Amino acid sequence: MAEQTKVTTLEKVVVRFSGDSGDGMQLTGTIFSNLSAILGNEISTFPDFPAEIRAPQGSLSGVSGFQVHLGSREIFTPGDRADVLVAMNPAALKVNVNHLKPTSIIIIDSDSFGKADLDKANFTTDDPFKELGLTAQVVAAPISTMAKDGLAEFGLDNKSAVRCKNMFALGLVCWLFDRPLDKAEHMLQNKFSKKPAIAKANIKALTDGYNYGSNIHASVSTYRIESKKAAPGFYMDINGNKATSYGLIAAAEKAGLKLFLGSYPITPATDILQELSARKELGVKALQFEDEIAGICTAIGASFAGSLAATSTSGPGLALKSEAIGLAMIAELPLVVIDVQRGGPSTGLPTKSEQTDLLQALYGRNGESPVAVIAASTPTDCFDAAFWAGKLAVEHMTPVILLTDSFLANGSSAWRIPDLDTYPDIKPAYPADYKGEEPWKPYRRNPETLVRYWAIPGMEGFAHRIGGLEKDYDTSAISTEPYNHQKMIATRQAKIDKIAGCIPGQKVIGDEEADLLIVGWGGTFGHLCEAMETMREKGKKVALAHFKFINPLPENTAEIFAKYKKVVVAEQNNGQFANYLRSKVSGFTPCKFNRVKGQPFIVSRLVEEFTKLLEA
Amino acid sequence: MEQTTTYQPKDYKSDQYVRWCPGCGDHAVLNCIHKAMADRGIAPKDIAVISGIGCSSRLPYYMNSYGFHTIHGRGAAIATGVKTANPALTVWLATGDGDCLAIGGNHFIHAVRRNVDINIILFNNKIYGLTKGQYSPTTDRGFVSKSSPYGTVEDPFIPAELTFGARGNFFARAIDVDLKNTTEVLTACSKHKGASVVEVLVNCVIFNDGVHKQISVKEARAERTIFLRHGEKMLFGNDNGKGIVLDGLKLKVITIGQDGYTLDDVLVHDAHTPDATLHAMLAMMSGDLPVALGVIRDVEAPCYDAEVEKQIAEVQAKKPIRKLHDLLMSGEIWEVK
Repeated sequence: MAEQTKVTTLEKVVVRFSGDSGDGMQLTGTIFSNLSAILGNEISTFPDFPAEIRAPQGSLSGVSGFQVHLGSREIFTPGDRADVLVAMNPAALKVNVNHLKPTSIIIIDSDSFGKADLDKANFTTDDPFKELGLTAQVVAAPISTMAKDGLAEFGLDNKSAVRCKNMFALGLVCWLFDRPLDKAEHMLQNKFSKKPAIAKANIKALTDGYNYGSNIHASVSTYRIESKKAAPGFYMDINGNKATSYGLIAAAEKAGLKLFLGSYPITPATDILQELSARKELGVKALQFEDEIAGICTAIGASFAGSLAATSTSGPGLALKSEAIGLAMIAELPLVVIDVQRGGPSTGLPTKSEQTDLLQALYGRNGESPVAVIAASTPTDCFDAAFWAGKLAVEHMTPVILLTDSFLANGSSAWRIPDLDTYPDIKPAYPADYKGEEPWKPYRRNPETLVRYWAIPGMEGFAHRIGGLEKDYDTSAISTEPYNHQKMIATRQAKIDKIAGCIPGQKVIGDEEADLLIVGWGGTFGHLCEAMETMREKGKKVALAHFKFINPLPENTAEIFAKYKKVVVAEQNNGQFANYLRSKVSGFTPCKFNRVKGQPFIVSRLVEEFTKLLEA
Repeated sequence: MEQTTTYQPKDYKSDQYVRWCPGCGDHAVLNCIHKAMADRGIAPKDIAVISGIGCSSRLPYYMNSYGFHTIHGRGAAIATGVKTANPALTVWLATGDGDCLAIGGNHFIHAVRRNVDINIILFNNKIYGLTKGQYSPTTDRGFVSKSSPYGTVEDPFIPAELTFGARGNFFARAIDVDLKNTTEVLTACSKHKGASVVEVLVNCVIFNDGVHKQISVKEARAERTIFLRHGEKMLFGNDNGKGIVLDGLKLKVITIGQDGYTLDDVLVHDAHTPDATLHAMLAMMSGDLPVALGVIRDVEAPCYDAEVEKQIAEVQAKKPIRKLHDLLMSGEIWEVK
């Protein structure tokens, strides 16, 4: 007889699915996190797959993981350590040993913990738990065998039947977290809509796993995560790269322009090229060219020809695009340059995340070459940030560099499908809008915004020549005249500075009368926010100013900083944003917290450091 | 559409003072471009002239069309973007031997390989003029220049060979001093659908004066060059007394009436044959053989820009979704009430 099940109610929990690259852990994790989101939990996910494309089966380098953080209150990060680990083989157990808590529950597939499996993961004894010093609760279930046996009447070959073991594991986890299976069944039916037999088999394995859980629950506690009332609407699970792609499409739609993407494959930005090149039904022209330079140059050509043009890349590619960004800048053409930052310098850590391209984005060009720079703060915020990048590019006739990072690009969370009517309009300024008394010239400007008018080839009466040479302020013809050059340098800078009047003011969250203001930008929002909340729960007075608009800064930036005695700028580089802020805000001398490990911040570490600062 | 307006060369000329050196071959080519454009009768508003960096890349400023003077070597990529974004435009690329074949070599071969419908005018003076006299990728081996004071120790590109190597479908050659034929070649280039390369041999009066003089001086031109036209016999020389014949696997110059050769033996130029073997042989003629001018290869093939649009139309014919919101709602979603 099974004992009474012990149900623990938790505010939040971290679950990590881990197995061999071929074990289907990404799908398992995605279904579980979507299921939780549908049930009203907040979610944040972090897929963590190997750099190797096909590592040897069962090896440490072949472990693929998917971590999801779910909760009844706001969830900001995929979580530091797992409460529940599903380890489909010994390698998965070993690789994740540092991602566990002392109280974690570990579910293993006992069928793949034989001598040969242990050898592949370089265990030297036959007790991997003892060898790793683990004291966690272990649920050892013969997942492969049971999944296979349950499918005996399905007429599947051995390999196909065993492949359903991930769904058996998912069923077990669903039982553990009291997730009803009907939604998961629906997802599987959709996923395998063209292979009904496979869909059926997977659903059977899922159900068997769930039932197995309810039959053995004697020794394991189960969890309940209360639902959080999310805003009504339709939701989907989305990662940062997809959100970025959709943000560009939305901006093009709002502006009434065709979207053009010129790109070249580079980790971790490639998904943007892939997503947009699949969007032909929406008329998107997203094309792969011969190199990074061609990617941006075709985009500049498309911009000249009247498209909303973008190029997507990562740090090394941004370096290659520098000269072309300068061209778009002096030609004053709209252009969105997406840099999905990764670990640098040089080839660096291609699959890891950093914030080390900020100064490259701000200053990495010859000459005085100011461009707008904005940064996305969460996977779903990539949509808004890309939308804003498109808006600013078109309305201010300038390149805009959008900084995201590898962590945002691959991480996902539930996203309420936006109503584009609630987004601001995007209004390109065409020469027909020019109202000046002097005849129109390509560099005649709107006197208030200093933005020139966009004459597009094909327009009658506005044929003109532009280029990378300095031009005369009045006639737009080539000019090397010294005073004119000074004036043009000042004008182009002023044009960018004036964007500050068109963006939202900087917000501060947390305690109004805080003793410490945390300042961050970009993809660290979740970790900084959670650190702040954790400190506030402990009675500390802390606030967070997290920047999306980097250049120009929001108009109220200096005013905010003046309010706080202690400010710490936390970022994943050697202090690039802190130094930039010091150059922009006179008398600003913040503390700095910098980590450049290619890994997300660890919340507990942030709390520790910030508390020390507060008490110093 | 029926063409209603006729244009004169002056309609394509801008009001800018032309800043090339007096005596530079580019002046003549510019006039030929204006004439060729008037011949084609395309409205200046529908023309975009793109260029990179170098003497010849100043050209867009002297046109009355839309124009974009870009950065060194990248003209082909920018022109690709312009044409792909709006295939309705007629796109020209003005480039030089350094811009096109050194720093821009990669973009050039890929634009040719993709067969983007752009007209590429390659001004070949075998020297860097704007930086004052360094050797270029088309400079002959051993040439003494400011950056090769003891002569170069490298072989040049032959633009035609590179074009064919990149699977180009249109290649023509012209010489700056021959205005009539240059105009004819540029007109043909503009008519061709796809990446069309015209190498114009131009003189740099300051840094490489007389570089093409062996074939450019009027007295030598008839004997040392041959102007090829599709469907016509390959005849040249004073009174067209000489012809090109195929001797085994090689081309040979014969004099009609000598050694038993008659007019019937002379090859007829077929610019439209897909096989580029003979085109390459003709384009590479030198030494005892005359330098080939005119349209050497002109073969129809699918254009990149049109194919991109075609693919979009094909997908749209199958998928009714046109708005982002509809796309999102058609995916894996759930509702919170």
